Amino acid sequence: MTESANHLEKIKKSLSRRNRAEKRFRWYGRTAILIGLAAVLILFTDIVSKGHGAFRIAYIELEVTYDQDRIGVDNLTDPEELTRGNWEALSKTAMRTEFPEVSGRSDKRRLYGLISSGAGFDLKDRLLENPLLLGETERVWILADDDIDTYYKSWLDGEPYAARMSAKQLEWIDELHQQGKIRLQFNSNLFTRGDSREPEQAGIRGAVMGSLFTLILTLVLSFPIGVSAAIYLEEFAPRNRWTDFIEVNINNLAAVPSIIFGLLGLAIFINFFHVPRSVPIVGGLVLTLMTLPTIIITSRAAIKSVPPSIREAALGMGASKYQTVLHHVLPLSLPGMLTGAIIGMAQALGESAPLLMIGMVAFIVDIPGGFSDPATVLPVQIFLWADSPERAFIEKTSAAIMILLSFLIVMNTVAVWLRKRLERRW
Amino acid sequence: MTQLASADKKKRATKAKPAAMKSLEVEGHEPTVGKVFTENPKMTMRNVNVYYDDKQAIHDVSIDIAKNEVIAMIGPSGCGKSTFLRSLNRMNDTVDICRVEGEICMDGENLYAPKLDVVELRARVGMVFQKPNPFPKSIYENVAYGPKIHGLADTRVDLDEIVENSLRKASLWEEVKERLHQAGTGLSGGQQQRLCIARAIAVSPEVILMDEPCSALDPIATAKIEELIEELSENFTIAIVTHSMQQAARVSHRTAYFHLGRLIEVNPTEQVFTMPQHQLTEAYITGRFG
Amino acid sequence: MQATNILILILGLGVLAFFLGRGRSLALAKPLGGIRKLHSLPSYYGMHVALWCALPSLFLLCMWMLFDDPLINRLVLDSVAAEIAPKDTASYNLLINKISNLADGILPRKGESAALIAAADHLVSLRVISRWSLTALLLTLSSLGLLWGWSRISASFRARPVVEKVMQNILLGCACLAIFTTLGIVLSVLFESIQFFRSVPIFDFVFGLEWSPQTAIREDQVGSSGSFGAVPLFVGTLLVSAVAMVVAVPVGLMSAIYLAEYASRSVRTYAKPALEILAGIPTVVYGFFAALTVAPFLRDLGASFGLSVSSESALAAGGVMGVMIIPFISSLADDVITAVPQSMRDGSLAMGATKSETVRRVIIPAALPGIVGGVMLAISRAIGETMIVVMAAGMAAKLTANPLESVTTVTVQIVTLLTGDQEFDSPKTLAAFALGLMLFTVTLLLNIFALHIVKKYREQYD
Repeated sequence: MTESANHLEKIKKSLSRRNRAEKRFRWYGRTAILIGLAAVLILFTDIVSKGHGAFRIAYIELEVTYDQDRIGVDNLTDPEELTRGNWEALSKTAMRTEFPEVSGRSDKRRLYGLISSGAGFDLKDRLLENPLLLGETERVWILADDDIDTYYKSWLDGEPYAARMSAKQLEWIDELHQQGKIRLQFNSNLFTRGDSREPEQAGIRGAVMGSLFTLILTLVLSFPIGVSAAIYLEEFAPRNRWTDFIEVNINNLAAVPSIIFGLLGLAIFINFFHVPRSVPIVGGLVLTLMTLPTIIITSRAAIKSVPPSIREAALGMGASKYQTVLHHVLPLSLPGMLTGAIIGMAQALGESAPLLMIGMVAFIVDIPGGFSDPATVLPVQIFLWADSPERAFIEKTSAAIMILLSFLIVMNTVAVWLRKRLERRW
Repeated sequence: MTQLASADKKKRATKAKPAAMKSLEVEGHEPTVGKVFTENPKMTMRNVNVYYDDKQAIHDVSIDIAKNEVIAMIGPSGCGKSTFLRSLNRMNDTVDICRVEGEICMDGENLYAPKLDVVELRARVGMVFQKPNPFPKSIYENVAYGPKIHGLADTRVDLDEIVENSLRKASLWEEVKERLHQAGTGLSGGQQQRLCIARAIAVSPEVILMDEPCSALDPIATAKIEELIEELSENFTIAIVTHSMQQAARVSHRTAYFHLGRLIEVNPTEQVFTMPQHQLTEAYITGRFG
Repeated sequence: MQATNILILILGLGVLAFFLGRGRSLALAKPLGGIRKLHSLPSYYGMHVALWCALPSLFLLCMWMLFDDPLINRLVLDSVAAEIAPKDTASYNLLINKISNLADGILPRKGESAALIAAADHLVSLRVISRWSLTALLLTLSSLGLLWGWSRISASFRARPVVEKVMQNILLGCACLAIFTTLGIVLSVLFESIQFFRSVPIFDFVFGLEWSPQTAIREDQVGSSGSFGAVPLFVGTLLVSAVAMVVAVPVGLMSAIYLAEYASRSVRTYAKPALEILAGIPTVVYGFFAALTVAPFLRDLGASFGLSVSSESALAAGGVMGVMIIPFISSLADDVITAVPQSMRDGSLAMGATKSETVRRVIIPAALPGIVGGVMLAISRAIGETMIVVMAAGMAAKLTANPLESVTTVTVQIVTLLTGDQEFDSPKTLAAFALGLMLFTVTLLLNIFALHIVKKYREQYD
């Protein structure tokens, strides 16, 4: 009894220290969670604050005269003549009409620098759409140069960034602004065009299509193969060393760095089998090998969750093993497998490292129209833009990230919804 | 956290009606029969109700536990005896949805008072579980765990002494003294359970709660534990939940019979097993249901 | 693409074969008294014919696709005029490319030598022959298979076991793809690495202290003066990974502990998926974030303390990588912590231990193997992570342990070496495969070991 009292005394003495330790520990935990959540928040805010501007872009209103002589084109249906046409003259003349006082070579060059270097070709497209305009004059909103766009947006925000602007150009912008001849419009180029060296003309359409083709191939290959492998391993495989070896392989492949798959693609598909570089076919093949382990592992889990009683019931009716799987196990585990496939596809959509190895980093302006057209994918496009020195590409990159993230969010939400909706509890 | 509010007690109490065989149904608030109160109580429970969410597991139980007695709690499965036992050292706190109402006191001190430190309480009221649960550490570390966390030993020698004494009290010393630093999980089931008892008594608790301590053991190991309980009753107050009526008869001084969350009868053990006062108790011990 | 058309044709024939086979079995069954007189269900007979029709053709198609290009190239080169005949492999590849580009019309024919034009024409004609003979062959094969399968149908023919056996073998083939992938990885990195180690001794590579592959592209210096000492890369990789682990392990582990042991159910349901978001963000986004936000921030922060922090510091890349790995560690740790049986917690709490004492002294030690396994998997991930370091870490191979300086990593060098336009067989590109071999070996060992630990741990509590 005295021993007990003695112990109680000691315990009482230690209590406050231990309770403080307890509180501290709890706070470590809370801090850890908060750090994680803060990281999510900072990341998203940073991207959105950098990228939201890219959805609008500066246009300048000019009076354009589609002067046949200046362009040097008579027949708008002759493609050869069209390529020879001096389309830049259209936009340049329009600029000079707007600012007739400007003279001198360097000043003129600065003046032409206000609008996008592709402005002439935009005007050409406009003319081809409506050939009656030839010889006419109209007021047109023309895409501004990326530096002007950057400056104008930052100036509207109250923190002008004029590092790449000359004093004259600032004056002109001011003038245009006073006259209401410069404004921000919805940046449709971002969604309708391919890549470009000029930030204001660059769009993600090419990359999105490239991602689409690559992912379609990945899904078409990896889902059936992955599900077949999972079915074999769960339902048919004997428990032996060979099966164990397959399992070890699958688990390891799931943890192999993705860049290694790029090396595999380069050495095997491109150098050995001579699949052309940069095309969605080779990208899809590499991503298939990369996502297969994920799909196999999730599919196996889905098959495992089907209770054995169902198999026994079917086998008891005299169904063959194959019929049991096809009629009962597969339909019941399909939701889980689909969820796994979507998660695998989301992984593949965000993947870029292995694609760098197989040439999908090339600068590609044309929008790919099929599986064998040179293409890049969205994350690689982000990588390319992030590497570009032009300041305007920062905004573009962030916008592309926002689009990529929204695709991923949609895919993951669908996966979660599918799991909630279709998953059965046994 | 568990609250002691009795505000909505009445409302709850009327909600859950026991659904048993008609002839054996407990009617309303029929009081517990037998010697519920003792003269020299170590612990006193008054009007204890325990809920899991909306489901009431314990109905209005009042009982005393005397100093240095062994009290057995018996009853059919799901009668709430384990739940009741776990509320005696507030192990129910670890279950989020569990709520305890009423008054549970030890030496006159309310165990559910807000200022009471549950750490101190559990050092005073030890517990042994249904399945032996030694930590995945050495035998020595298992027993030294309590003294270490509570800071009971100032030196290594003190600690060695506590460990040895506890193992001796748990009649395990002779069997393990050669391999104190091997894993506790490597012992046999009965040895593991005695290790858990040694672990519990290493902090010199005043009360030891045992939740079906022999249900996972073979008859020989069970006999050893029962012998041990008898020895321990010299120094400790012991409350034991058991499924086996023979065990209750063998080790306990008093026996409490629980039925569907109610305490039906409490009496000295011989009396319960020879001439039970309540028909439900009689039905149970004669094996008419269980 | 013509190959796709052929594929569709074969599959179409397969479908036709299915219905023919099924129809015949039904016709056979009618006079016998219904399909119960057949050994297998009619659809099995259909499947049987379809397999005979499609499988051999598909196999032939694959083989043809694999071998017709090299074969045609060989034939073309054997027939080219002597003056343009290639002398070594590099010029062989160049010539093949040129001829095939001429044949495809990618290069204009104007101004090319007559020999080249002739070769291109030869190539075109060979390709046409190849396509037509393939199509004819496949059609014949499919029809023969169809007829054979069709003729075997009889009431007593055991179609089901045959079909199921074939199906099972197809499934087995799919499962074995994992092995082939591993084999492919090993072969591709090993083969090129051996070639690399022919020009650069393996000892110099593994223990050399200087990395400057740039000098080696000059023809006259191949293999002799470019220094391929990979130690600075290893050190850089380890430094970045160490920074990542310093961030990820405590944060990931503590959040797992908090979520598993302390958090209420509602906090758990929201905080857990919120943390998992970090795992779903593509690495290229982290790279962008590290390079454009974190690195400048750290540089300015360092400057305000009078420290010079490189704008491509290992700290920025590693820190952001750590953030990326947080959910990886926390979900693995959560798994192992919740796998610790409740009786352990009860045992400890019933002794009067506080929650944190229970966690630190019972749960963590019990879960330690699993946690260690998880951390090892995380390290393997950090070592192999590419995009973040490519975008936020430097290119210069410096031998330093200072996280404020710029370092380069194995993965960065693999990407830099392989995204240029150099010839494939130069030591520079081969070095990338040697680095890949290193990376693969190290991560493979880490993974096998870690997965083994985790598996053993799981079995312990199952």
